Amino acid sequence: MTIAAPVALDISGVRKVYQGHGREVEAVRELTFQVTRGEFVCVVGPSGAGKTTLLRCIAGLLDLTAGQVSLDGTKVTGPPEGMAVVFQEYGRSLFPWMTVRQNVELPLKEKGVPRAKRGEKVDTALEAVGLADSASAHPWQLSGGMQQRVAIARAIAYEPTVLLMDEPFAAVDAQTRAELEDLVRSLWRRMGVTILFVTHDIDEAVYLGQRVLVLSNRPTVILEDVTVDLPDERDQLTTRSSPKFGELRGHVYEQIQAAKKGYRPDEA
Amino acid sequence: MKAVRQIAFVLALPVILVVVWWFASAGSENFFWPPLSKIVAAFPETWNADRLTGDVLPSLGRLVVGYLLALVAGVLAGTAIGLSRSLRAFCEPVLEFFRAIPPPVLIPIIALFTGYTGATPKIVTIALGCLWPVLLNTVEGVRGLDEVLLDTARSYRFRRHTRLVRVVIYGASPQIATGARQALSIGVILMVISELFGANQGLGASIVQFQRSFAIPEMWTGIIVLGLIGVVLSALFRVIEYRAMAWYRGLRRAERGS
Repeated sequence: MTIAAPVALDISGVRKVYQGHGREVEAVRELTFQVTRGEFVCVVGPSGAGKTTLLRCIAGLLDLTAGQVSLDGTKVTGPPEGMAVVFQEYGRSLFPWMTVRQNVELPLKEKGVPRAKRGEKVDTALEAVGLADSASAHPWQLSGGMQQRVAIARAIAYEPTVLLMDEPFAAVDAQTRAELEDLVRSLWRRMGVTILFVTHDIDEAVYLGQRVLVLSNRPTVILEDVTVDLPDERDQLTTRSSPKFGELRGHVYEQIQAAKKGYRPDEA
Repeated sequence: MKAVRQIAFVLALPVILVVVWWFASAGSENFFWPPLSKIVAAFPETWNADRLTGDVLPSLGRLVVGYLLALVAGVLAGTAIGLSRSLRAFCEPVLEFFRAIPPPVLIPIIALFTGYTGATPKIVTIALGCLWPVLLNTVEGVRGLDEVLLDTARSYRFRRHTRLVRVVIYGASPQIATGARQALSIGVILMVISELFGANQGLGASIVQFQRSFAIPEMWTGIIVLGLIGVVLSALFRVIEYRAMAWYRGLRRAERGS
C-alpha cells in the first residue's frame, strides 16, 4: 500500500473567460492537475496558450470563471499565505526606492516575522543566491540576472509552501539563464519547496522539472502530463546531452508543434 | 575650487542685474522709480525686528499651514482618486471645473464663510490654490504606477497600510514632488494676494500699505523681500527633494544608460 504524498496544489476544472469590449475570450477552458508537496512541475505551451493566465489564477491575482484552486486543502480566493511569485519582469517587481536588503525583507515584515529572525532569513537568502555583497545596493544598480536573483531571494526568504515562477528567465541572456536554472534547482533540492515553473522554453522545462505539463493553444486544456525520468542530479552539460533528455525533449517538442497546429485531446 | 566656481556662476546674473539697476536708477527723479541706493537705505528701518516678527513671520506661518494642508489633502484625495477608476470618472468633471477657477477670484466667496479678517480666510485661500497641482499630479503619479509592483505587493499580501504608503505613495512620489513644487510657487503668490483684502498685518499687507501711503522706497524693499523669500523657499524645497528623490535619479540614470 502506498501512502499518497500530500497534495500542495489542487487545480480542479479551472476555467477563465475574459470579458470586455463586448467580446468574450475563453483563455483557459479546463485545467485539472495536482502538484504534490516538494514536486518541481514545469508548464509549457505554445505562445498565447494562457500560461500566464493560469499562473495568475493559481496565485490568486485573477478571479476564476469556474473551477477551484486549493493550496494545502484550502480554497484560494485571493493571494494565499504560503505562496510566493517570481514574475518575468524582474526589474519592475523590485521596489526601486528600497535597497536589495529592504526589498527582500519587506514581505517578511508584512508576514510578522520578528526583527532578529528577519535579518537572519534575509542574509541566508541573499547568500543562497550569491548576492550577499549587494545587500545595500539599489536594484537598478544591478544587472538583469542579479535583479532576478534578488526576486528569487525575496521569494525563498518568505519560505513559501509553493513557489510560482512565471517565465522568470525569459528576459535574461542564455548564459545567465543557465546559471539561474541551476540556482533554482539547487534551491529546490536544499529547501524542499514545491515549485510550479511556467516557461516557453522546452529544454528548460525538461531540464528543470520532474513533470512537464504540456498545454494546448487557446482555449487551453492539458495536452499531456509528461514524467521526466531523468536523475535527480542534473547539470547543464551531461544531462542536456543525454539520450533520455533528447527523447523527452523531442516528445514535448512534437506535442507543442501539434498544439500550435490546433491539436486538442478532446477532438482527437 | 569647483564649489566656488559654481557659486560664482549662480550669483553672476543677479549681481549683474543689481549693478545695472543701481546705475540705471542712480539719477532718477521719478517718484515711483527711486534710485536703488535710496531703496537699500530704507531697508534697515523698514525691516526691523518688529516688522519681521509682526508681519513677515505671521505671513510665512500662514503660508506653511496652508501649504501643508494642501499637501496632505492633495496626496490623500489624489491617492484615492488615482486608485479607483469609478471615483476618477465620478470626480473628474468637478475637479476640472474647480481647477479652472483662479483662487484669488474665490476670495470674496471664501470670505462669506470665514470673514475677511483673521488668519482663516488667508489660510483657506492658500490651501485651495496649492491643492490642485498636488492633487492632480498625485492622481497622475498613482495611475502611472507599474502594475507589476502592485501585483507584487498583492501577491505577498502586504497590509493595506503598507500597500498605500510604502508602495503607492512612495511610487508616485516623483510625480507628487512635481506637484508640490508647483504648489509652492502658487502658495507664495496667494500669500500676498490673500492679504490684499481685509488684512492689517502681513507681508503683502505691508507692501500694500506702503503703496497706499506713497512710501515708495519702502514698497520696493517689500517687493525685494518677497522675491528673496521665494528664492529661499525654492532652494529649501530643492534640497529636500534632492535627498528624497535620490533613488529616482539613480533609476532614471540606469534606464537611460542601458
